[in-house]
Amino acid sequence: MPERIVPAGDSAWLIELADRLDPDVNARALDIAARIQAARLQTVSDIVVGYRTVMVHVRPLVEAKTPVRPILDRILAEPRPADAAVPGRLVTIPVCYGGDLGPDLPEVAAFARTGADEVVRRHYAREYRVYMVGFVPGFAYMATVDPAIGAPRRRTPRLRVPRGSVAIASGQTGIYPAETPGGWNIIGRCPVRPYDPGREEPFLLRAGDRVRFSPIDVKTYRSSTEWGDV
Amino acid sequence: MTALRVVKSGLLSTIQDLGRVGYQSVGVSVAGPMDWYSHRLANRLVSNDDRAAAIEVTLIGPELVAEGDGLCAIAGAEFDVTVDGLPVSTSVPFTVQRGQRIVFGQRRRGARATLAVRGGIDVPPTLGSRSTHLVSHMGPFGGRALQAGDLLPVGTAGATLRFCGTRPLPLTDGTATLRIMEGPHRARFHEEAWGSLCSEPFRISPDSNRMGYRLEGPPITHVRGADILSEATAVGSLQVPSSGQPILLMADRQTTGGYTIIASVITADLPVAGQLAPGDTVRFAPCSRDEAILLLSAREEELRR
Repeated sequence: MPERIVPAGDSAWLIELADRLDPDVNARALDIAARIQAARLQTVSDIVVGYRTVMVHVRPLVEAKTPVRPILDRILAEPRPADAAVPGRLVTIPVCYGGDLGPDLPEVAAFARTGADEVVRRHYAREYRVYMVGFVPGFAYMATVDPAIGAPRRRTPRLRVPRGSVAIASGQTGIYPAETPGGWNIIGRCPVRPYDPGREEPFLLRAGDRVRFSPIDVKTYRSSTEWGDV
Repeated sequence: MTALRVVKSGLLSTIQDLGRVGYQSVGVSVAGPMDWYSHRLANRLVSNDDRAAAIEVTLIGPELVAEGDGLCAIAGAEFDVTVDGLPVSTSVPFTVQRGQRIVFGQRRRGARATLAVRGGIDVPPTLGSRSTHLVSHMGPFGGRALQAGDLLPVGTAGATLRFCGTRPLPLTDGTATLRIMEGPHRARFHEEAWGSLCSEPFRISPDSNRMGYRLEGPPITHVRGADILSEATAVGSLQVPSSGQPILLMADRQTTGGYTIIASVITADLPVAGQLAPGDTVRFAPCSRDEAILLLSAREEELRR
């Protein structure tokens, strides 16, 4: 499918790329977003990368006078960098797996027809890519989870997922930055806040980052948690 | 005025400015007023900047006490409002004196009103905005709705008072037509689905809030599934999950979603949508992007009078 630009109402343009979950497609989306950002357009209020899209939020009345669409067309037509996108930052995130902090680990193990330890090992063995950030402040959609442990969403979502929960849903993994309803399988908890308004850099993860999980024991979790949950 | 004290909270009263713009790429919702026109009108009536923070009240209004002398204005939904028992009009500025009580009584028309005070509500901003986002608990008072006992500090007013001749937003009696543009996933729906959307009435479900309105009507059927790879959402979008019942995404919408979007309500008509309540009926009429911009310019002209 060719790249195309479609209106998403009168206050946004949506740039659609190939319709698949693919790191190269996502890297292209990030590259386009960076180019739009670099153009510093007064008309543009937010640029939001999706798995295979870029949404450009605009101020419609300003845009009526200085149209953004031709600039987006031009950016899409620019020659692409020869090498694949620059690798993102590598962020290592500690996780205390299982027990009370990861109540769905046994179910994921049952899905994978293996032991809990093997699920944990397979979860931290990989490097993940942050494809996009959304849903609530600081929630990073990370992929791709080892298909062997990629249990689907729970049939009935939990009304309250504890803050810091590390969870799996099919190919995706994520960390809940706030207590929200959620249907992903909780396998552990991260002591670091993905969003902390008091931190110099409030948002831990951004689209394009690379993430590794590092297992910690309960004692280490308790001594380092930023959630005040012990 | 130094402050307003909340005596009764009403059903859902929140502090809003024009929204938290610029952080959607890290998942921060915009929030802001459900009716941007009335928010700006209320501010203009008291010679505030459009962006000043004000109180948005919903269906059942609050009761407040003035902690000093000041100038206030209410725009949007029509309530029977009194100051120490004497009625005040909507869309006209009124003075309050220290100790006087502003009481929202019976609601007549519309769903949400904005109460602006000269100087603006001066709570500390979060990520550049004083808007309350309820789901992520972001904004003043820990991102919650106002409660009895809250003290709302008022900022310093500018020197000059300006005359504002703006017309209020026309309110309808529980029914409205909203103009829509075709959405990015229009081709994922049957032709009949588009036909139903543009001809049949939809009822706003009780399960509606500042994030979105769930709409009850004829099913809007997909050609192949409702799910998409998650992507950003735009305000006013009509998202259709597999149930076929559309959800109109409003001010507190999440920044991203995983469902097909069949259409988007144009910016000029979002204030009209913001004045609808559960049980009200809405119809949709297609329009082009050029028409949408002309209609928005016309709304802006009304504000400038």
